[in-house]
Amino acid sequence: MSEEILSFEEAMEKYDPVLGFEVHVELNTKTKMFDDAPNEFGDTPNTNITPVSLGLPGVLPVVNGKAVESAIKLGLALGCDIAEVSHFARKNYFYPDTPKNFQTSQFDEPIAENGSIDIELEDGTVFTVDIERAHMEEDAGKLNHMGGSTGRIQGAEFSLVDYNRAGVPLIEIVTRPIVGAGERAPELARAYVAAIREIVKNLGISDAKMERGNVRCDANVSLMPKGTTEFGTRTETKNVNSLRSVERAVRYEIQRHAAVLDSGQKIVQETRMWHEDTRETTAGRPKSDADDYRYFPEPDLVPVVTDSEWIERLRAELPEPPAERRRRLKADWGYSDEEFRDVVNAGAMDAIEETVAAGASPAVARKWWMGEIARIAKVREVDLAETGATAQTVVELNQLIEQKKINDKIARQVLEFVIAGEGSPAEIVEKRNLAVVSDDGALTAAIDDALAAMPDVADKIRGGKVQAAGAIVGQVMKATRGQADAGRVRELILEKLGVEG
Amino acid sequence: MSDITRETVAHLAELAHIEMTDAELEALASELGVIVESVASVSNAVSDDIPATSHPIPLKNVFREDVVGETLTAEEALSGAPDEADGKFKVPAILEES
Repeated sequence: MSEEILSFEEAMEKYDPVLGFEVHVELNTKTKMFDDAPNEFGDTPNTNITPVSLGLPGVLPVVNGKAVESAIKLGLALGCDIAEVSHFARKNYFYPDTPKNFQTSQFDEPIAENGSIDIELEDGTVFTVDIERAHMEEDAGKLNHMGGSTGRIQGAEFSLVDYNRAGVPLIEIVTRPIVGAGERAPELARAYVAAIREIVKNLGISDAKMERGNVRCDANVSLMPKGTTEFGTRTETKNVNSLRSVERAVRYEIQRHAAVLDSGQKIVQETRMWHEDTRETTAGRPKSDADDYRYFPEPDLVPVVTDSEWIERLRAELPEPPAERRRRLKADWGYSDEEFRDVVNAGAMDAIEETVAAGASPAVARKWWMGEIARIAKVREVDLAETGATAQTVVELNQLIEQKKINDKIARQVLEFVIAGEGSPAEIVEKRNLAVVSDDGALTAAIDDALAAMPDVADKIRGGKVQAAGAIVGQVMKATRGQADAGRVRELILEKLGVEG
Repeated sequence: MSDITRETVAHLAELAHIEMTDAELEALASELGVIVESVASVSNAVSDDIPATSHPIPLKNVFREDVVGETLTAEEALSGAPDEADGKFKVPAILEES
């Protein structure tokens, strides 16, 4: 049963949205946050487990030092202050995915606070999002709801729990309320989560695969009537597991809130579940006593105390921030805004950077990665890197073209053979005897034949219609089964007919 | 008197998933009241410049190397489970359906 919603345009005429995000990032440490069980996705259920993961009586947690350093790096990348003293705390609640009946988290002394990041939308508009805090905690186990309809908790008869994920290191990043995004709110939501994903991937601290839940977003939405400044009641939408879902869920909640407010009713402060299939949210549980978490300091863990030496060592290890890197590469490569945006959206930036580093020009690198390799990747439904094409492949193909050993068309065939694992471009050209006919004698014969076959075209060219040479080139290419150097053929035709190219 | 009422204890009992009778709630409310009042006297002895302490020994930065250690098998992990299926812990329906 769908709820009433207002059109997005009408909602925007009447209300200003306020957003807030809680993004959870799973770290890619080898072990869990508080015990030495492996942090591995997709293993046999309940095998990546120690007594600590299960919260068995008498166990003692020990903090993963690598995870703390990852958290500090992320804090620095988000422009946060790193706490001199930071504590862990117990967040108490009963839920079967949490075997200890509390989550070890941080409460009033998180590792990082007061940061901000600039989020650039596709058209170049920049919004600054303030970060309230980033704190360390642990993930919960994974529940499978059985006996109901397709894995939903509603109507389930029982649930099965895999605790492999229980205790996996998490960092939760909390924004301050984001005001003033207006109609760009859904877009900003998507761009914010994309930016966090990019930052943690760039830092190398997370695999950042949303489809595996490495980056998860809870999106808070509220509306205030236009011209007012008091925040409305918010809802928190969970289960938004892709960038597209984030954008859609925020848009939907804005529309739903607007309809509720328009009808004179109040927004219930509650958790909403996003359903990608119906593209709607449904009510989860309302906030209640169950959210009385009774945080208290974790007695089994001692404080994390930082000093400037440690922090500066970690700061020195930070890679170039993604946004800065994009600006630098765009300037270096001389691409237009549109060309560069396409490259970024196609995920071709790394490949092009490597290819340019390997010696190709930015134009050549772009031609291949955004052209033939992108086409093959699309057909096979894989990422560019997974096609098997490398920077070296492109550099070699281009060298062969520049040396006039092969033409563009043959080069595309050679690429297919490289991808099929037949060897390097040069080896393939050699082995398959694909080198172009660049022997002018052989070409001249073919050109003479073509001109003789199309005397009217020859006359047009003589008369100055240079474009008409294309037909003759085509004929020659056909006669040489595509192995002629088209540029050279053209030159020879014009030379022969005494016309300036 | 302390602020610990019968309702406070009932609320805590619910949060802690502990079933208590009316008699137990009454008794515990007054017992907890005495304890809280006694502990409150500590606050009187502490001046503002003393930070709260959550650990008796002044340790800091006790970290573990990020190296995988011994794990339990699924059988061992499940050996104390009240119920299991398919190598997983089996728990009753989470939502109380209406």
